[in-house]
Amino acid sequence: MTEIPERADVVVIGAGIVGNAVCHHLAELGWRDIVLIEKGPLPDPGGSTGHASNFIFPVDHSREITALTTDSMRQYEKLGTLITSGGVEVARQPQRVEELKRRMASARAWGVDAELITPRRVAELVPFVDPDILLAGFWTPSVAVVDPLRAGALMREQAIADGALTVSANTAVTGIRTDRGRVQAVCTDAGDVETPVVVVACGVWSPRIARLAGAEIPLTPAVHQMMDVGPIPELEATGTAIAYPIVRDMDALMYERQSGADLEIGSYAHRPILHEPDDIPSLESAALSPTQLPFTSEDFDPQLEQALELFGSILDRPDAGVRHAINGLLSMTPDGAPVLGPCPEVAGLWSAAAVWIKEGPSVGRMLAEWLTHGDCEFDMHGADIARFYPHQRTREHVRARANEGFNKTYGIVHPREQWESSRGRKLSPFHTREREADAVFFEVGGWERPHWYESNRALLDEFGDRVTHRQHEWDARWWSPIVEAEHLAMRERAAMIDLTAFAQFDVRGPGALDYLQRMVVAQLDRPVGRLCYTPVLTPGGGFRSDLTVVRLGEDRFRVITGGADGARDRSWFESHLPADGSASLVDVTSAVCTLGLWGPRARDVLAATTEDDVSGEALPFGTARWIDVAGIPVLALRVSYVGDLGWELHAPFEHGQALWDAIAEAGRPHGIVPAGIGVYGTTGRLEKGYRLMGAELDGEYDPVEAGLALPKVKAADFVGKDAYLAAREGTPAATLCTLTLGTLTVDDHTGTDGIARYPQGGEPIVTTAGERIVDRKGRGSVVTSAGPAPSLGAHLLMAYLPPEFAVEGTSLQVEYMAERYPVTVARAGRTPLFDPEDTRMKA
Amino acid sequence: MDIVVCIKRVPAFGAQVPLTDDGSAVDTRHLGFTIGPHEECAVEEAVRLVSAHGGRVTVLTVGPEEAGEQLRYALAMGAHRGVLVDTGTTDLDPEATATAVLAGLADEPEPDLLLFGDASADAGHGQVAIRVALARGLPVVGGITGMDADAGGGLRATRETPAGTEVFRVPMPAAVTVKEGLNLPRYPTLPGRLKAKKAELRTVSCAPEPGGLRTVGLRRPADDRAGAVPLGRGAAAAPAVVDILAELGKV
Repeated sequence: MTEIPERADVVVIGAGIVGNAVCHHLAELGWRDIVLIEKGPLPDPGGSTGHASNFIFPVDHSREITALTTDSMRQYEKLGTLITSGGVEVARQPQRVEELKRRMASARAWGVDAELITPRRVAELVPFVDPDILLAGFWTPSVAVVDPLRAGALMREQAIADGALTVSANTAVTGIRTDRGRVQAVCTDAGDVETPVVVVACGVWSPRIARLAGAEIPLTPAVHQMMDVGPIPELEATGTAIAYPIVRDMDALMYERQSGADLEIGSYAHRPILHEPDDIPSLESAALSPTQLPFTSEDFDPQLEQALELFGSILDRPDAGVRHAINGLLSMTPDGAPVLGPCPEVAGLWSAAAVWIKEGPSVGRMLAEWLTHGDCEFDMHGADIARFYPHQRTREHVRARANEGFNKTYGIVHPREQWESSRGRKLSPFHTREREADAVFFEVGGWERPHWYESNRALLDEFGDRVTHRQHEWDARWWSPIVEAEHLAMRERAAMIDLTAFAQFDVRGPGALDYLQRMVVAQLDRPVGRLCYTPVLTPGGGFRSDLTVVRLGEDRFRVITGGADGARDRSWFESHLPADGSASLVDVTSAVCTLGLWGPRARDVLAATTEDDVSGEALPFGTARWIDVAGIPVLALRVSYVGDLGWELHAPFEHGQALWDAIAEAGRPHGIVPAGIGVYGTTGRLEKGYRLMGAELDGEYDPVEAGLALPKVKAADFVGKDAYLAAREGTPAATLCTLTLGTLTVDDHTGTDGIARYPQGGEPIVTTAGERIVDRKGRGSVVTSAGPAPSLGAHLLMAYLPPEFAVEGTSLQVEYMAERYPVTVARAGRTPLFDPEDTRMKA
Repeated sequence: MDIVVCIKRVPAFGAQVPLTDDGSAVDTRHLGFTIGPHEECAVEEAVRLVSAHGGRVTVLTVGPEEAGEQLRYALAMGAHRGVLVDTGTTDLDPEATATAVLAGLADEPEPDLLLFGDASADAGHGQVAIRVALARGLPVVGGITGMDADAGGGLRATRETPAGTEVFRVPMPAAVTVKEGLNLPRYPTLPGRLKAKKAELRTVSCAPEPGGLRTVGLRRPADDRAGAVPLGRGAAAAPAVVDILAELGKV
């Protein structure tokens, strides 16, 4: 056994596919003195890498996951550990056929070859299936089987040959030493290794290892059942590991694949079976391996019948037996996505967990880049470990969501679908009033936010045919025409919107200005009372965030950011605080509630509740001031994300209900309505062309492309400045555009079944000839946000388009549910379609 | 030919047997359960005999309600009926186990053949078959690794010994214990599993008096995990290999 070094630049714990890939890519990027510690033996230490089914379907609705998958496939292929088999997802139910059509859109969006095929064609590809029980198939020729154990061994060997890596197998980690919140050393039963960086790539054991350092990696081991049935002569006759395409029987939540002479059957249909990392058996006491637990046949029995239905021709045989059956462990997270990046609790501790075989090699590359450069090629905000708020890292939440999410693995998940478990965790002070108004709540970051109010249903009569009624169930799901009615009421009168889910940080101290200047693009050295909307960039110049900074005093600022990204933003800002303590950051989210008040009557409403001067002269657009509202101290921000006159009213949390009541009372003569996030986040913002982090804005697009570059560049240095300057010099590869479905005058989006359809976001934009549109950086044009613009009488889509298409008036098409609809570029750049001069907002 | 096969629910573990903190029992919290290899061969043999000569196979187990899982496994292999003698536990001494088996057999028609594994995979006392045979006045032969029905309505059974093969002729009814190697047990088929899932099990409740044998405690042998020691790579390893072979007296 190799002696374990006393010192290392980085220690990677876990030699599954992820740990090996991290080591390999760190070595490629020039790291030396890498130590890989593995508790088990090599090459198969006993984790999930050793028992996974190892097939890869590249298409996912998420761009991030598809990018990780296709990059991983390239890496497996380069290592000679990939066999292309093709794969087909089959539909038994009509709603699944619709889902397969939606997958076609995602395949087109991310540039993966795929095709919708008939049951007959499925049976040609896989002659053992019964086509009579199928309705359609989704055929992906590039589906492949890989060998992650061999790929990992090759990656390890390369790094060793480069003189970059020392491997210590059969070595148990007993502790991770920290000092003042920073990693110092990894303690093992073979000795201690001093190191500033530790990467936890321990799969289902990751939470246990992270806890040694005082951090939480929110995942839970969960059972995925699989069995091998054989021998099957037809499969044996092929003389190879896999000769037939893999079948995903989507409605049965199962898959079947050839594995030599056997058919391997896997299931995501059984009840969720969760384990605790501490209860996983040891290497020595496990019958097979620690992550191959005893098969519980009663959970699998219903799946046997489904498998016999589809594959009866080869499974219903007296001589084909169940040769191997396990309850395999895999990692489930609260939202199903991986858990990657620096742990917010401990500096130097990195998570590389909850990764599937299909993503492993690419996750290795992304983490290595992230460790080296501070960011990576693909935007990883959906997988960033910092996305979790503290309550989302608790065992109870992780288990509740994993429990609910398990059966969504092959499920049909609507893009707006809400979780049912672990709800009601965070309630704004307006909550009682909102319930009284029959709010329909959507969740963000644990907060319950009204998406619309059923009490506003009467507005549908008032606004008549200016409100669209979606006829197709899928389009109408998790949506209500009431949103559009609330929108119109706001545009004509006034609306109050609960924005308490904002994350808010107070930054103070003599170094506060310099620190914040370094964090954001906008010039913050402005008079007290000014507020700035600004991009926050990654070191590579992509979007890290977009947020508002208010100067409350010479040495005091408030940072206000969206509830969806608050935890990530807090982690980012905290990790950049000056070491000398000259600036401090306090998260005041829990101390502040926010009520938005907008609409042409907003000033009349506010004026009726305060003796302070709220005129345009006293409180102009882009400023903030403390005012008294019905005896409540309120920080009024003259700003708007919906494009109307009004304020964000920030008040101490405990005054919230009184504030709500005061505004509601004063607004009654003006016909004020409560409006939901449907207006704030979709209809109002789309009409105004405002961008949303995570939709239009992410690490792969820069402010020039997003139309958010500022007129001047400040002298002060800031994160991403070099890249920002370079982007300003060049011509953008793509420009964010707003498109209308049909044209502004012709409503032309009726599907073949005669029903008007409404794209939801995520669909590809193609040329009038049906060609995929790709910019010179290789990025496909995809709908980033979609929604109605009731004041314009249109359905709007946002998408990045290359320069040749980013021309107003250009005709293109959107591909939605396997049909194409004409769209028109209505705006290239950020000028709003509604009230382009911002006269309403600045009134 | 009607055959009753007695099987036992036993924990499945790896190289190391996990024990409870007080060392009184195997810690089965994270273990799966199975039937021992001898008993798998017994079920396989019974299924083959019956398919060749007609009749039916009944599997019988003594244990908790969960032992029904093992009965269903045997049914999926091709057995026809299952009898569960519910004693709430598998941790009975051999006398009590034999009493429970007899209770299960009491209302069954007299089988032509009672098959047992040579010894249970966990306790390994090897007494139950003999006690049951004695109580029912049956001839018994143990450690069998080959058998077939003979022309005279009896059984021809063989046993491998270091000195050679012993061949027995056994009149039926009889009790026989078999050893792994008798045959290659089949894997349950999918249709077999589905049939087994729906099969009715006959349950007999039984609370046998304890016998004389007591387990004082369990102890693991001292940990001597030597592990593999690489002797070197390529030609450089040759001298070390020679040394080892010399040490072993092979060269």
